[in-house]
Amino acid sequence: MMMQETMVRVKLADYDSLPVGAGQAVTVNGENIVLFRISNGEVKAVENRSPHRKGGTLADALVSGKFIYCPVYDLKISLEDGKVQAPDTGEVKTYHVEVIENEVYITI
Amino acid sequence: MKKKLVMIGNGMAGVRTIEELLKLQPDGYEITIFGDEPHPNYNRIMLSTVLQGDKSIEDIIMNDWEWYKSNGIQLYTGEAVVEIDKQKNQVISDQGRVVDYDELIIATGSSSFILPVPGSDKKGVVGFRDIHDCEMMIKDSEQYKKAAVIGGGLLGLEAARGLLNLGMEVDVIHLMPHLMERQLDETASGMLRKELENQGMNFLLEKQTVEISGEERVTGLRFSDGSEIEADLVVMAVGIRPNVQLAKDSGIYVNRGIVVNDYLETDVPNIYAVGECAEHREIVYGLVAPLYEQGKVLAANLAGIPTNPYEGTICGTQLKVSGCDLFSAGEIGDDEGTKSIKVHNEFDGIYKKIVIRDNRIAGIVLYGDTKDSNRLFRMLTKREDISGMTSVSILETSGCCGGGEAGDVAAMADDELVCGCNGVTKGTIVDAIRTNELTTVDEVGGCTNAGRSCGRCKSLISDILAYTLGDQYDTSAKKAGICGCTTLSKDEIVAEIRSKGLTNVREVMNVLGWSQEEGCSKCRPAINYYLGMINFEGYKDERDSRLVNEKMHANIQKDGTYSVVPRMYGGVTTAADLKKIAEVAEKYDVPLVKLTGGQRIGLFGVNKEDLPAMWEDLGMPSGYAYGKTLRTVKTCVGEKFCRFGTQDSMGLGIELEKKFERLDTPHKVKMGVSACPRNCAESGIKDIGFVGVDGGWEIYIGGNGGTDLRAADLLDTVKTKEEALEITGAYLQYYRETAAYLERTAPWLERMGLEHVKEVLADENMRKQLNDRLDKTLERYNEPWQEAISDNGIKEKYYQVRKVTVE
Ligand SMILES: Cc1cc2nc3c(=O)[nH]c(=O)nc-3n(C[C@H](O)[C@H](O)[C@H](O)COP(=O)(O)OP(=O)(O)OC[C@H]3O[C@@H](n4cnc5c(N)ncnc54)[C@H](O)[C@@H]3O)c2cc1C
Ligand code: SF4
Ligand code: FES
Repeated sequence: MMMQETMVRVKLADYDSLPVGAGQAVTVNGENIVLFRISNGEVKAVENRSPHRKGGTLADALVSGKFIYCPVYDLKISLEDGKVQAPDTGEVKTYHVEVIENEVYITI
Repeated sequence: MKKKLVMIGNGMAGVRTIEELLKLQPDGYEITIFGDEPHPNYNRIMLSTVLQGDKSIEDIIMNDWEWYKSNGIQLYTGEAVVEIDKQKNQVISDQGRVVDYDELIIATGSSSFILPVPGSDKKGVVGFRDIHDCEMMIKDSEQYKKAAVIGGGLLGLEAARGLLNLGMEVDVIHLMPHLMERQLDETASGMLRKELENQGMNFLLEKQTVEISGEERVTGLRFSDGSEIEADLVVMAVGIRPNVQLAKDSGIYVNRGIVVNDYLETDVPNIYAVGECAEHREIVYGLVAPLYEQGKVLAANLAGIPTNPYEGTICGTQLKVSGCDLFSAGEIGDDEGTKSIKVHNEFDGIYKKIVIRDNRIAGIVLYGDTKDSNRLFRMLTKREDISGMTSVSILETSGCCGGGEAGDVAAMADDELVCGCNGVTKGTIVDAIRTNELTTVDEVGGCTNAGRSCGRCKSLISDILAYTLGDQYDTSAKKAGICGCTTLSKDEIVAEIRSKGLTNVREVMNVLGWSQEEGCSKCRPAINYYLGMINFEGYKDERDSRLVNEKMHANIQKDGTYSVVPRMYGGVTTAADLKKIAEVAEKYDVPLVKLTGGQRIGLFGVNKEDLPAMWEDLGMPSGYAYGKTLRTVKTCVGEKFCRFGTQDSMGLGIELEKKFERLDTPHKVKMGVSACPRNCAESGIKDIGFVGVDGGWEIYIGGNGGTDLRAADLLDTVKTKEEALEITGAYLQYYRETAAYLERTAPWLERMGLEHVKEVLADENMRKQLNDRLDKTLERYNEPWQEAISDNGIKEKYYQVRKVTVE
């Protein structure tokens, strides 16, 4: 319940400024997040950390539909639920994103 | 209330037992595991590969911390159990922790046997058993030069190979006159010795070590015949000793190992033993296949599911040293009751021996060609009657009717083992392929564990894939290596692009019916490359379909930082450039400045936001250290300074690099130019290499100094620099047009055949056409760093990190 109280909605970027096909790294009070504007127009946000044990970031991932491929170890990750696809395992945090007018917000 | 299961030992056999148990009964037990190593469960077998530099420790973790957590397993690492209290059903750890059990598994494995000779407690004497040993060897190799490995068996030779790779001189000391005498007969053992000597190992056979000399740290060895050698590191690989002390102290019956029955039960109720610490029917096993079988039986037993008893295993072994393909199983010697079939082809370095007893295969030794090992091993374990077979049909898989591998797979029964290590049958693999639509060997491993230990079964898994998927496998996964988004092979895709005049990645995927609409990290870079190769005039490269390094024009490092390597044509630089590099390194606080293997200076550990500014400050062209393109041209100093050089190696190197830089190629390309046959630039292991001879240049192609070493083949000898450049252009273009994406020149050349490539390049007309297309292609490239500096769009899309602060 703690969570609910501390959740805030934060404006991250102008929708127009988000390129299609490449992630945009954002730090929000030190928390590393990466935004993807995917080809159907939606914006997805996940934590900017490769789920691979060796770490790395996701901003430079290759984007395909609702999936990204981790740039460091090529894990396939769903932007919907953050789950790494078989045969690999793991998960990254996802964030709730809203686009209002031209502004992109996430709840954090 | 769940029953409490405690396991002592967090190794391969134990954890496999738990995995099997979780499959059968996910919620049956509250599980606690003690492991005295500080790591989660790892693949001990792969330590050899870690030492040999092919894998890192992270790569060999099999069950990470997360796995224990998500399965609700309480894991205590770095904590040894020191007492089992059978009366109270409790174990006690060295940290005083007391844990109750209803069922207790002892899976303590074994330790390296350390020869009890004087001096064996000195610093620098290690066993080869765990991550710690491995790390010690790697560390010592940085400081010391001379290693001695005691033991010429499987483990000793793998350790020796690793130490060679780490740059040490290695003596292998063996008590017997032959290496691996338990697995190989004299002939095979001799062949192995010769191969390993070629790789740089030195053998001292029939030597018994009697003393390890040195003050605090080892300095040498003394043998029973009085002779001595120097050594700063001694690896003992003379055998293993089951860890049974704890069991013994607790009053459990122990012989050599902890004695268990066919259900892995010790003589104490509710206490089991599994793995290398257990002795079953008087045998203590030291390979994983039998241990995994034991684990399966024990898991069923714990889950209360009726199971067949464990009745022992015949093991097959192979050596994990590249260049030494060998397989051995069963009896290898001859006696009155045996007959053997032997084939010895000295020319190709192949030796096969099949020992036959009572019309059944009793033993196998294969050296140099092990592709029949699975089939023969199966005949051995199934005790197949071979009286009707001729010696040729026993030895050869593909008979006159072209049965071949697939036919062999077809003949396998569903319950036949494919992966001995992991106990996976053909039926299980076929099922997994069908239900989960698997197309690659790795995916099969992900679903079934097959192939994930020693790897010997991978070729058979690949055959099963081919057999199950039919044409689909052949065209999509196996031959072409293109991904799961399409069933088309590389050649088919290229043909379609040409015939339909396709011009961009999306279009290719749309028109050719890709299953994943926007493709994946395998097909997109490949299509992008093929498009650029075909539409050589004015192709607009798709940056977002590039792999990360090429997309960013810098190499990504494991922590997400990047490296910057400026061009240094032919490895030649100036004082001014050096100064500039030094200034930039200082200004951006670059954590590592290193000379690369390609004669350049690399700046490592750069944040991606800093890349464009650094490039601008440097004001040098990109060295493409990240690209599937011409990387570097390594040169020696040549005639200008060297007293041996007959040619201007630096001049040719610089010209080559200037002409072909930035060119997209199927994989990275490296060149070398040496001005005389002393070959200081190592031109014989480059994709293309030049060696100066009196009055001209020898040209070598298809070499590789990477994972799969390959010496280059002599293509031609030319008189002038111009000829050298012309042939290089034609060769590169022919490679660009016929190789699959990510296929390097070495395997490409083997696939195409040297004679064929020679013929193509000898044809003047052909050379001209190839060069024309190449020259037009070369026109389309820009300097990527410069582009990023001057284009804000690029800077923002790829290199910025936004910062948002909230109160
Ligand atoms: C370098 C190397 C290469 C190998 N190559 C091959 C190969 O190619 N093919 C093959 O089949 N096999 C190979 N093996 C053998 C294989 O690794 C072993 O057979 C297998 O690991 C044995 O499994 P285990 O669970 O019995 O023991 P282990 O994997 O050794 O696990 C036992 C664990 O228990 C821990 N332990 C011991 N006592 C206690 C205690 N009191 N409290 C808590 N923890 C304790 C140990 O530290 C250890 O971590 C190789 C082994 C090595 C070292
Ligand atoms: S290859 Fe020959 S010319 Fe070049 S540096 Fe070596 S010895 Fe001198
Ligand atoms: S047989 Fe060793 S991994 Fe399959």
